[in-house]
Amino acid sequence: MRVVIPGAAGILARKVGLQLTADGHEVVGMDRRPWPDAPFEFHEVDVRKRAAEDVFRRVRPQAMIHMATVTSLMVSGEERYQINLGGTRAAFEYARAYGVEHCVFVGRHTFYGAGPASPLFHTEDEPPLELNRFPELADLVAADLYAASALWRFPELATTVLRVCYTLGPSGHGTLSGFIRGRLVPQVFGFDPLFQFLHEDDLVRAVVLTLEKRPRGVFNVAGPQALPLSTVIREAGRTPIPLPEFVLSGTLGRFGLPTLPPGAVQHLKYPVVVDARAFRQQTGFAHEHDELDTIRSFREAFPLSS
Amino acid sequence: MRIDKQVREAVDRLDLPFNSLGLDPYGISKKDLVFWGTAVAAFYRWYFTVSSRGIEHVPARGRAMLVGNHSGGIAIDAAMVVMSCLLDMDPPRLAQGMAEKFINRVPLLGRLANRAGMLTGLPEHADRLLEDERLLLVFPEGARGTAKLFKERHSLVEFGSGFIRLALKTKSPIVPVAVLGGGEAFPTVANSYNVGRVFGLPYVPIVAYGLPVALPAKIEIEYAAPLRFEGTGNEDDAVVHGYVDKVKEVIAGMLSAGASRRRGEPAALPERT
Repeated sequence: MRVVIPGAAGILARKVGLQLTADGHEVVGMDRRPWPDAPFEFHEVDVRKRAAEDVFRRVRPQAMIHMATVTSLMVSGEERYQINLGGTRAAFEYARAYGVEHCVFVGRHTFYGAGPASPLFHTEDEPPLELNRFPELADLVAADLYAASALWRFPELATTVLRVCYTLGPSGHGTLSGFIRGRLVPQVFGFDPLFQFLHEDDLVRAVVLTLEKRPRGVFNVAGPQALPLSTVIREAGRTPIPLPEFVLSGTLGRFGLPTLPPGAVQHLKYPVVVDARAFRQQTGFAHEHDELDTIRSFREAFPLSS
Repeated sequence: MRIDKQVREAVDRLDLPFNSLGLDPYGISKKDLVFWGTAVAAFYRWYFTVSSRGIEHVPARGRAMLVGNHSGGIAIDAAMVVMSCLLDMDPPRLAQGMAEKFINRVPLLGRLANRAGMLTGLPEHADRLLEDERLLLVFPEGARGTAKLFKERHSLVEFGSGFIRLALKTKSPIVPVAVLGGGEAFPTVANSYNVGRVFGLPYVPIVAYGLPVALPAKIEIEYAAPLRFEGTGNEDDAVVHGYVDKVKEVIAGMLSAGASRRRGEPAALPERT
């Protein structure tokens, strides 16, 4: 199958591309970030620009795996909006115009938000209720909903929206990995939410399976059971530092602590855990790495020098 | 703290899918359960000298809903019912209560409740726990129940009807539970709703002796035979309220017999079976 991957230079997207190539698919990657030694056809183009459309026109891909969204809160709000919303819109427009049969949007489980009155396990039918507490996530939520709108706007296109929990693994890529990278990891005193994560190789497997099984709709993707944040931190060989909320909010970004917007503190108080049964039923997905194995792979890749 | 051996053994025997770290998918922690259980067991045995009757009515496995009456200001009754299922059942079971929404906002308290299996009182949680074949503990009187004054301790206030719809939908048996003595243990003379609002609580109970400490009153827990109602959960209110009244009637019967017993009056004949 000819598969185009916008955002292909991202660490997880590279793994997806490599796996698909190994499986015999013809992969064409595009990203505004360079990837000099890309092992498959790769174009350094911005998905919102004409050159990206040219790739679709020429390649005529049968499937698209859209991984060109930015989670990093370090990127300015305006730019994130442009990439996450403008990019998603452009990618779906090209997909429709050039005969793509299946579009996969790889989104995040933080869509549901974290709050004291949220149910522990989120199902796909829930709206993003906690957005008011964490407005910095609005562009990703909007991109997710926009991608899902293709289900009714472009019925000829099979669309799959994946809401994937945090990933962890030897690449050290992702929000959770970044948060627990240092020796000391802050927590909100008195709170220890469950964190749900899956091994990055399991994510690759989930995306590849999505391409194979072509399920239509919105699906949560998760791996092994969630663990309390303090357990994740300790198993990763780090030390949790519980700080009262007002102290934590005032010290984020200083003293070697991670930089987070105020809304992110909610995610250190309350869990975001998804119910991923529908995806498992539709695709037969099963994770290969359990929770401890997954943390171990991160710890071994990022040991703390003693 | 010295860990209670019986609590540890009971927690080890719980039929829950704990991983190698002793954590289940809901975040219930064996370690926290043993810690919490040790603290509560001391009150259960020696302070409130709790006795339970009819524990054999609680199904040994599979979904079921314990439906009880509240009394005594601070929901001591819920902790005692959980302890009764843990210590008096063979094999032990973990009754999972539904916590008041404010608990999740309180540092340490919300975490402790979650680790001990008490999730926020949301229909989604109750539904999921039953579908997962867990033992659910609900108090349909809610905070109105714990707000009962000493003089009202053997009465029941209005029951919500959500629990019946849930039982019908999930086809779960209902085990009515009567808890006596909660009102004596925490004899509320008044509730301050204004002070409660300041702290984000539904209310603050006030006792005549000032200190918000529970007294060592004897607590009795009585379980009745399971009630099974047929339906889908989408029945008319009239039908559902009829079922609510049946459950309420059983609990009220146990409460009134228990209250007479506590006053030293002879049991009414014929004795309820």
